[in-house]
Amino acid sequence: MATLKELSKRDELLSGGHRLCAGCGIPPIVRLVLRSANGPVVATAATGCLEVGTTIYPYTAWRIPWIHSAFENAAATISGVESAYRAFKKKGRIPEGREIKFVAFGGDGGTYDIGIQALSGALERGHNFLYVCYDNGAYMNTGIQRSSATPYGANTTTSPAGEVIPGKQEWRKDLTRIVIAHNVPYAAQASPSNWADLSKKAEKAMGAKGPTFLNVMSACPLGWYTKSEESIKLAKLSVDTCYWPLYEVEDGVLKVTYKPKEKKPLEEWLKPQGRFKHLFKPENRHILDKFQARVDLEWQRLLDLDGKRV
Amino acid sequence: MAEKKKKLLQGNEACVEGALYAGCRFYAGYPITPSTEIAEGMSVRLPKLGGKFIQMEDEIASMAAIIGASLAGLKTLTATSGPGFSLKQEAIGYACLAEIPCVVINVMRGGPSTGYPTGPSQADIMQAKWGTHGDHPAISVTPAYVQEILTETVRAFNLAEKYRTPVVVLYDEIVGHMREPITMPAPGEIEVVDRAKVTCKPEEYFPYDDKYEVAPLAPFGTGYRFHVTGLNHKQDGFPTNDPKIIRENNERIMRKIENHKEDIWKNEETFLDDAEVAVFTIGSTARSARYAVNEARKAGIKAGLLRPLTIWPFPDRAVAELAKKVKAIIVPELNLGQMVLEVERCSRGATKVEGIHRVDGEPITPAQILEVIRKYK
Repeated sequence: MATLKELSKRDELLSGGHRLCAGCGIPPIVRLVLRSANGPVVATAATGCLEVGTTIYPYTAWRIPWIHSAFENAAATISGVESAYRAFKKKGRIPEGREIKFVAFGGDGGTYDIGIQALSGALERGHNFLYVCYDNGAYMNTGIQRSSATPYGANTTTSPAGEVIPGKQEWRKDLTRIVIAHNVPYAAQASPSNWADLSKKAEKAMGAKGPTFLNVMSACPLGWYTKSEESIKLAKLSVDTCYWPLYEVEDGVLKVTYKPKEKKPLEEWLKPQGRFKHLFKPENRHILDKFQARVDLEWQRLLDLDGKRV
Repeated sequence: MAEKKKKLLQGNEACVEGALYAGCRFYAGYPITPSTEIAEGMSVRLPKLGGKFIQMEDEIASMAAIIGASLAGLKTLTATSGPGFSLKQEAIGYACLAEIPCVVINVMRGGPSTGYPTGPSQADIMQAKWGTHGDHPAISVTPAYVQEILTETVRAFNLAEKYRTPVVVLYDEIVGHMREPITMPAPGEIEVVDRAKVTCKPEEYFPYDDKYEVAPLAPFGTGYRFHVTGLNHKQDGFPTNDPKIIRENNERIMRKIENHKEDIWKNEETFLDDAEVAVFTIGSTARSARYAVNEARKAGIKAGLLRPLTIWPFPDRAVAELAKKVKAIIVPELNLGQMVLEVERCSRGATKVEGIHRVDGEPITPAQILEVIRKYK
């Protein structure tokens, strides 16, 4: 696996100067994934913050071939690109030794919701590509609407916290488990706060034969109502509270890749975020308790599966 | 008279007010610029009224959900923009054939494809008529002012219920996002049409009863059991291969609109009595056109404006009559030529028809329209 020194010597494939917000969790994820490829990469992106923020004409931040198609079909588009590559290779139009990596990027809206059909199809067909979901837990590009990745209890513009309904009432869809159910060679959850872990997972994913998946926690100062300088710290808290466990499933075997020495109370992650402010009113104590219990349950479930074939 | 309640509202907020005034109690939608404010507004307002807001996983699901909720007896709404409107088309066609009342808002942005999400356009006019496959009825209303978004949304619900069909409210991003002071209508001030009640016994009920042009629709769960399908069907709702029934049903769903165009049409006419040159347009472009026509009058040019608030069914008679009276009909529109084709068709060569088209994400200005008006003075 590449060391920090090696990674730092590789080309920067997503340039600075793009228009993503200060403190946005997305660019460090994309940069690290692309650096971890260590070779030619072709990428596609679903409609979303990453697409809009990096490609406003006449500029582009991408130093690699890149295509945006629509909101729901990043995985389908990369399927086509990768299939064409294989056909060209078969016909000798691409030299034998030239290995190109294919990566699709999508936010949680474009992946958990509208894009899940295209993702599932591409995983089932077995294209040789990596799908990276940057999960910031809402439709941030259109102005903070809830998605199926939005945490329980969060206030968004379409799950507004009021006196009767205190924010989002549904649990987050566990997309990583859905992907794992496709029996792909590699799938993992990661966070830019644990960069070495993320880089290692990206490298493993792109080294595997077949479809692979990374679900990556991405802080959003705008939608979380947090300070832009605290994004990495908050990503770390999501990991240390076990809201966002870091684990992988490689050839069917699950491994928890990071176990916090001391599992922090969920509130430490929730409290700095404005979207959970209402949960700290005394009358909403039961919501916090319910949320904590769910996180504990999920974490225990993972620990039970650690090292096992799933 | 009591003081009327005034509010400063955004177009999309006025749409929410209109929907609630009409009695809409179910909204299913998906975030998309520039219509998202409608979903946001409904998510805050509907639960307080005992209604239901659901954010769906995509545009297709949103359309399907409002069809389902309408069958359960509620007045239902979804809102979207170009790319989402494209995705909804299959289900819109379903609602046309299965005759499910519902309202779809399309806040038009630049296209094609992802296009220009924050810029205005009027390029979905033909899609509102022909977006779904097969021959099908289409009703589409076109407000140009924030106040009108409220009143036309109410009218859209009325038409949907009256004719048991999906109705599309089309307005461009400019009208959707602009803020204007509006007067809130008092309860009862604007007509609200509710769904026709079913009075027969359950065993005598047919959802597509051929005694009617538009049969009453019984809500699911009220004892009236019936079949609903996107296949061609008989009066009991079950699929059929009978050519006679297929033909009759296909013709009837068109006829129920065609025979009532007088009721569905709505035009605003400005200075048309003595006009020698007329402008025909909708939405934000009509606002520029009104200014241009006023300026032309000041300059002694006999200009007038025909502004349809119903674009589908197309106001063919009004255009045909106008064509006989004026030297030219100018059709400014934020697309490369859609309404202008219909105006040419309805004019039947009786007058010159000239389009003004703009697709750079900027509005058509009064000066652009005035320049063309001057050609025909």
